[in-house]
Amino acid sequence: MPLASILLLLALWQAAAMTVGGRLLPTPLVVAQALLREAQDGALFHHMGVTLLRVLAAFALAMSIGVGLGLPMGRSPFVDRLFGPWLVFFLNLPALVVIVLAYVWFGLTEAAAIGAVAVNKIPNTVVLVRAGSRTIDEGLIDMARVYRLSPADRLRHVLLPQLTPTIAAAARSGLALIWKIVLVVELLGRSDGVGFQINLLFQTFDVAGILAYTIAFVAVVQLLEYGLLQPAERYCQRWRRMPADA
Amino acid sequence: MRGLTLSAAAGEVVALVGPSGCGKTTALGIVAGLDRAFDGMVEVGPRPDGGPARLGYVFQEPRLLPWRSVRQNLALVLPRAQRRGPAVDAMLEALELSPFADRFPTQLSLGMARRVALARAFVVEPDLLLMDEPFVSLDEPTALRLRGLLMRLLDRRPATVLLVTHNLREALALTDRLLLLAPSPGRVVAEVPVTVPRAARDDAIIESLRRDLLSRPDPAFRLLA
Repeated sequence: MPLASILLLLALWQAAAMTVGGRLLPTPLVVAQALLREAQDGALFHHMGVTLLRVLAAFALAMSIGVGLGLPMGRSPFVDRLFGPWLVFFLNLPALVVIVLAYVWFGLTEAAAIGAVAVNKIPNTVVLVRAGSRTIDEGLIDMARVYRLSPADRLRHVLLPQLTPTIAAAARSGLALIWKIVLVVELLGRSDGVGFQINLLFQTFDVAGILAYTIAFVAVVQLLEYGLLQPAERYCQRWRRMPADA
Repeated sequence: MRGLTLSAAAGEVVALVGPSGCGKTTALGIVAGLDRAFDGMVEVGPRPDGGPARLGYVFQEPRLLPWRSVRQNLALVLPRAQRRGPAVDAMLEALELSPFADRFPTQLSLGMARRVALARAFVVEPDLLLMDEPFVSLDEPTALRLRGLLMRLLDRRPATVLLVTHNLREALALTDRLLLLAPSPGRVVAEVPVTVPRAARDDAIIESLRRDLLSRPDPAFRLLA
């Protein structure tokens, strides 16, 4: 079924390209040729690799800070009241403002770029993790207290496993959001990466090139989702699927 | 709950018996340090070696970590250095849980899960063991087997036990002394020592002890009926 769906999309694209014609909407074949060309001279892999590293760095940063803030906010009304207004502010902050200010304040650096992307994702992760933390089973917390589990053990064995579905949801939406923002950051202030490359192609109206990079990167992000995120989630949730036969 | 006083000697097994709502579970929570919103005092003596007393708690629900195996559930309550040691497997063996060591709690029946909870409480070698209706909502043969296992464990390694139950037979079978609690405010209304040695209490003796309690004229005992 997914294959049929993709074929349908390709057919529609082909039809549209044949109607419009020309450089503005190239056919799938032309885009495939552009993809091959970029792959052969190595530019595709270089820029995608650079972008992917930025995506992973921003993702790791956003997830760890998001969980680090969301968990205490969900567990403690005091912490929630302390940071709640900040959260509202950052949730409503446009991505572009964060990026521009980061470049102005910290220069056109790698750290500013990755930090700006993470800041765009953190509030969303915090909201999800905070909501998830409010449903944590108090009975298990009491158990952990009675048996004097260390804070590290509580986090690893009692709290985080209960947050797995929440963290998985945040990770999935996070990956999609982050790679989109990374391209903007690259367009505005980096001299490599898919976003930078798309800016160059834009200046020559090379639509085939733009689509080639887009498709390649969507494919890589899907690969991460199916090859990494979903297996990790399945592993963490394996206890749910065990048959009750005892 | 008001003016509730209870004490237990080292190695003594004490039952808290009473109708629901008289604060039995709350009392255990206070002793365990889970509930700090109270006026009063809890004193737990030191271990014979001078260290702080170790606590075991069997909750009303098993409260196992569903995402950790049976073995990991036991190991986690031990200090890190002892987790890989023989204590966990020995305890699983003693409670006939070895075949289930690698199962997740979601795969266990309630009786089995309660047995794991019992194993977890004993693997820490508790000085004070708090048990909150540990055998409730089990069928009678399963409950009987678990009580037998508990007695074996206590014979092997005595601990001071506070056992909350509303099952008079269970209290008479397992404990050295019964404290009868009454509600609003929760307090101790009567105290009944059980002098027959635990090993000698068969069904007939337990039944006669029970009848004797129920026939006492003191109104405190009417709550048991």
